[in-house]
Amino acid sequence: MAERRDADVVVIGAGPAGLAAAVHAAETGVRVVVVDQSSNPGGQIWRHRDARALPPAARQWLDRFGACGAALLADTAVVSADSGRLLVAGPNGAIALHARAIVLATGARELFLPFPGWTLPNVFGVGGLQALVKSGLDVRGKRVVIAGSGPLLFPVAATVAAAGADLLAVCEHAARGRLLAFAASLWRSPSKLAAAAAYRSAFRRTPFRTGAWVERAEGRDRLESVAITDGRRRWIVPCDYLATAAGLIPNVEVGLALGCEVARGALVVDARQATSVGGVFAAGECTGVAGEDAAVIEGTVAGLAAAGRDPGAWSRRAAAGRAFARRLAAAFAPRREVTARADATTIVCRCEDVRCGDLQPDWGSRQAKLAARAGMGACQGRVCGAALQQMFGWDAPRVRPPLIPVPTGVLGDPEREPR
Amino acid sequence: MSDTVAITIDGRAHAVAPGTSVAVALLASGASRFRTSLQGEPRGPVCGMGICFECRLTIDGRPHQRACLVACTPGMTIETGESAHG
Amino acid sequence: MSPGARPDVIVIGAGIVGAACAHALAREHLRVLVCESDFPGGGTTAAGMGHIVVMDDSPAQLALTAYSRELWTGLAPTLSLACEDERPGTLWIAASDDEMDAVRQKRDLCERAGVRAEVLDEHALSRAEPHLRRGFAGALFVPDDRVLYPPNAARWLLDAARERGASVRLGVTVTAIGPASVTLRAGGATETITAGAVVLATGIAAPQLVPGLRVVPRKGHLVITDRYPGLLHSQLVELGYLHSAHTMTGASTAFNLQPRSTGQILIGSSRELVGMDPAINPGIVREMVGRAVEFLPALADCLAIRTWTGFRPATPDKLPLIGAWPAIAGLWVAAGHEGLGITTATGTAAIIAAGIAGRPAPLDAEPFRPDRTMPAMEAA
Repeated sequence: MAERRDADVVVIGAGPAGLAAAVHAAETGVRVVVVDQSSNPGGQIWRHRDARALPPAARQWLDRFGACGAALLADTAVVSADSGRLLVAGPNGAIALHARAIVLATGARELFLPFPGWTLPNVFGVGGLQALVKSGLDVRGKRVVIAGSGPLLFPVAATVAAAGADLLAVCEHAARGRLLAFAASLWRSPSKLAAAAAYRSAFRRTPFRTGAWVERAEGRDRLESVAITDGRRRWIVPCDYLATAAGLIPNVEVGLALGCEVARGALVVDARQATSVGGVFAAGECTGVAGEDAAVIEGTVAGLAAAGRDPGAWSRRAAAGRAFARRLAAAFAPRREVTARADATTIVCRCEDVRCGDLQPDWGSRQAKLAARAGMGACQGRVCGAALQQMFGWDAPRVRPPLIPVPTGVLGDPEREPR
Repeated sequence: MSDTVAITIDGRAHAVAPGTSVAVALLASGASRFRTSLQGEPRGPVCGMGICFECRLTIDGRPHQRACLVACTPGMTIETGESAHG
Repeated sequence: MSPGARPDVIVIGAGIVGAACAHALAREHLRVLVCESDFPGGGTTAAGMGHIVVMDDSPAQLALTAYSRELWTGLAPTLSLACEDERPGTLWIAASDDEMDAVRQKRDLCERAGVRAEVLDEHALSRAEPHLRRGFAGALFVPDDRVLYPPNAARWLLDAARERGASVRLGVTVTAIGPASVTLRAGGATETITAGAVVLATGIAAPQLVPGLRVVPRKGHLVITDRYPGLLHSQLVELGYLHSAHTMTGASTAFNLQPRSTGQILIGSSRELVGMDPAINPGIVREMVGRAVEFLPALADCLAIRTWTGFRPATPDKLPLIGAWPAIAGLWVAAGHEGLGITTATGTAAIIAAGIAGRPAPLDAEPFRPDRTMPAMEAA
C-alpha cells in the first residue's frame, strides 16, 4: 500500500537548482522532501562517484544539503502529479506526497536529432558520454569524436581528454561568427569566458571545428567511423566512441502534468519563480538552460518563495540568468542542416524502430503515434517527440501518467491513510 | 574501495569496482549490444541518465531494466540482447 | 470519384464505423465522399481495445456481433500488417461454481448462434493461462474472437474504399445536414454538397448534427505495459463484465486484459458518465489495475508505460443506432456503438450499404432503428 507523506515543500530534482531550493526552504524551518531519480544528490552536473573530484562550490552545496534537515528520496521518480499530490515510486514502492508547495527542478536532457547511423552502439550523447565517464567508464586510449553544440561541449571534451581518451575532434555546429558574437555578449561575465578557456586548454591538442557536424555514422554492429561535414567538405574519422547531441532541452513533463504553462519548450516563471499554477515553483534548467550558476540562484529564489519568504534581491539575479538562457538558446539553436540529416530509412523512434519515411510531415505527434507507433515505446517519446518537433514543427506529445514507466502494481496501489 | 564486486554478464564472471553502473560494467567488458531492437539491430546506451531506454536489459531475471541507472551488486546476473520477441 | 462529381453517398466521420461504411458502399459501386474533421481513426476509434468479440447481452447484440465478427474474419487475410490482426480468442473467466452455470448457458447461446465456444474447467484454464491466479472455477473459451489495432484498421478500410473510387476530405467540419445534403466548413469557406444519401457516423458527436439522437459519451480508461511476450495468450474477461458494461449509472470497472501482437498487455476497463473531461482519474486507474493484478499477479511487476482515456458513444438501451432517420430525407445513421464499435463496424456497414442499395438487411435490423423508443438515460 502506498505510504502517505506530508511536507511543506516538495522539491523534484536534486541538481544545483533543487539543492539550493531545498536548502533555502529547509533553513527557514519548514519540512522539505526532495525526490531524485539517482542514488546520490547532485544532478547530472554534480553527480560523481568520487566527491573529492567535485568543484568546491558543489561540495559546499552538498554538505549544506546534508545538514539542512531536508529528506532525500533517492532512486525515486514522479509517476503522476495532481494539485498538491505527487505519486512517486522508489526502491520501497509507491509514496503519495502531499505538499503545500512544489518546486520543480527537473533539469534538462539532451536533444538527439536523427542522422544515418545514430542508432549504432557506441554513439552516445555528449552529456551521455560524460555521465558514463563519471560513473567509471574507462576511456583510456579510446578514439573519441565529440560533436554537438553549446556550453556542454567544452567541459565534456575536457573530461574525456583528462580521462586519457584519444580525442580526435570536437565539432560545434554553430558557425564561427555566431559563436564569436555570443562570446562578445559575455563581456559582463568574464568568469564564463575564463572557464571556457580553461576547458579548451585541457583538450588543446584536439582540433576544435566550428560550423561542423556529424553527417553520418558507419559500422556493422557498432560504431567504426563518422563522417563530419561543414556543409562543403567531408572528413571520415575512424573512431571507437562518438558523443553527439544538438544541445539541451528543458524537462517539462512534471510541470505539464501539473498544468503549468510552457513557452518555447521551457516552464514559464515569474520573478518569484512561480509557475502559472498556484503553489508550484520551478527553477534551473527546466525554466531554460543557463548553466549551474543561474540554476543555483533560481533555486534559491524558488526555495525561499515556496517556504513563504521574500526572495528579495535574488529575484533580479534570477531574471538575468533567464535572459542569458534565451541568448544561449538563440546562439546554439539547431541549424537546418542538422535537423534535416535523416533520410527515409533513418530510424526516428528508436523504441519502436519507426523510420523517417514511415512518417508524413503534415501529420502531428498524435497521428504519428497512432498510425506509425512513433513515440509509443518505453521512452514515452522523450527522444523522438523532441526530435520531431524540430524536424517537422510538430506539437509536443501530450503528457499523461505514468510520467515514467513504473511497475503496473504502483498504479494499482491504494494510498494508506496517515497514522 | 579496494574490494571488487563479482557479477555475471551473459553467463561469464566479471569483477567490477563498487558503485560501477551496469552500463559501465558492460562497456568495460567489451559488450556494445545491450538490447536488440524490434527490427533486430544492436543497441546500447545513449543518454546515460535514464531518459532514452536504449540500455535496457535483464537484471536478475527482471526484463527492461535501465543499465545506466542500476549499480552492480554482488552476485548480480545480467543478460544482454533482450528483444521484443521473447 | 472524380473531383467535382456529385457523390452518391456522403459519409460523415472516418472513425472505424464511417470507414467501414465507406468501404461497404464503395463495394456497391457507389460514388462515396468521406468527410472527416480531424484524421482517420483519431477519435473514439484510437482509444479502443480492438477486441472483436461476440457479446450476448441481448439476442440482437448476439446476432450483430456474431455476424460482424464473421465479416472481420473474411477481411482478415487482406488486412495490412499495421492492423495487427490476430485471433487469440476470448476467455470468459468464472470466479465461482455458480458462475460456471452461467458459462454453460453462455456456451449454449453461442452454439445456437453458430459461434464456437468451449467450457474449460479449473485445470484446463490453468493450462491455457499459466500466469492466471489459481482458484477460478473455469472459463468459457471463444476461440474465434479477434484482436486488432483500431486506428490502422480504420485507415485500411478507408484506403480500400479509396481504391474503389471513394474520395476522402480531411480537416473539413460538417456544420449542418439537410435533405440529402450537407453543409461543411473547409478552411474559411462554407459549401453545401448534395448527394443521394448521407451517412452520419460521428459517434459521440452525432447529436451535435442531429439533436434527436440519444447518444452520450461514456468514458473509459486503459493502461498499456511494455512488451512481455508469452505472459498472456487470450483476451481475458471476467464473466461479470456484462454487468459492468451494462449498468448505466455510476462508475464501474471490470477485469479485461488483452495480449497485443506486440507482446504488450492492454489493461481495461472502466465506465463512467462524466461528460467529456479526458483527464486520467487516478482512483479509477487504481481500481482497474488493482483488479487486474488480482487476476494476474505477475502483472504487478510489468512496467506500465502509458494510460489514456476515450469516450464510448452510449445509448440508453445498449444497442447501436443503425438505419434511416425518417425526419431528414436521405439521412442514414450509424452511431451509438458504445464499446462495440470496432467489432460491429463491419455488420453496421453491411446493414447501411444494403439499405442504401435498396436490398433487405443481412440480418434483422429492426432492433437498431435509430427512431425506436428507448428508456430514459440516467446520468451519473
